[in-house]
Amino acid sequence: MKHFKAMITITLRKSILDVQGKTVEHALHSTNFTSIEHVRIGKYVELTVHAEHAQAALALIDDACKNIIANPIMEDHHIELEEISLGEPA
Amino acid sequence: MKFGIVVFPGSNCDHDAWYATSHNAGAQAQMLWHKDTSIPSDIDCIILPGGFSYGDYLRCGAIARVSPIMSAVRKHAEQGKFVLGICNGFQILTESGLLPGVLLRNSSLSFICKDIYLRTEQILSPFTSSLEQGQILRVPIAHGEGNYFADEQTIHVLEQEQRVAFRYCDANGNASEEANPNGSINNIAGILNEKGNVLGMMPHPERCCDPLLGNSDGLGVFTSLMQTVGLY
Repeated sequence: MKHFKAMITITLRKSILDVQGKTVEHALHSTNFTSIEHVRIGKYVELTVHAEHAQAALALIDDACKNIIANPIMEDHHIELEEISLGEPA
Repeated sequence: MKFGIVVFPGSNCDHDAWYATSHNAGAQAQMLWHKDTSIPSDIDCIILPGGFSYGDYLRCGAIARVSPIMSAVRKHAEQGKFVLGICNGFQILTESGLLPGVLLRNSSLSFICKDIYLRTEQILSPFTSSLEQGQILRVPIAHGEGNYFADEQTIHVLEQEQRVAFRYCDANGNASEEANPNGSINNIAGILNEKGNVLGMMPHPERCCDPLLGNSDGLGVFTSLMQTVGLY
């Protein structure tokens, strides 16, 4: 069994207007950060999982994202996976 | 006619729902605990009340969706019995897939607490049968995530099958953009499932049932159900 740490980024789907992102973008522009664009605000979830190999871990986390961690009707998720050794704090 | 009101940690409209159904509508009503795994067989309609179940952690309704009682609620709905989700209850219903779509953050990003007007769009449902087609109701809303969203195809089906029960409108019944408090697609305030036995709505009919409060426009939702069940 291998151990993995997953770093999951959840953002609103591209087709959904990210009102919060837009508001922050406006705030940036009004404080002279005019070159910054396309601000999107999301969530970050970190977890550890044990699985036979990275592919199995990824499949499991993807399933968890589709079922609970994210809501596919409104959110996209992106998973970064890294192997960790046992006992190492995540 | 008996209502069963589910109490989740963080529910805060459960007692209002109990009071409206038992005191104002004159039905029987019973509280149900979220850890229960079955629903008493004499319950005709389950109410998923408003509030902030599980502190709105992760997403509104996302944790309540996996509460022990929810598989029994699903079974109750599959049997053709009634389920009414109000506000956070609506969010729980969409998270659990009992109703399509999702409730996004209000387009204004603000929590909105005020009276709005609703136009009754569908009176053939068990939740609206004692109302008149197009009847305008003044009902309070109190939510931060009430912006109804679904993909184009889902909206098309909802409209075609006349499953929009209520729409936000102005005092004259115009479902205008100005009368839309939260950015919901097509001013949608409440929708029915395919069979018509599950209703989710963001406005709070249970908060306007007592004439003492100066407004009893919400009572019709509960009396419609009582009429339907036939033990009026």
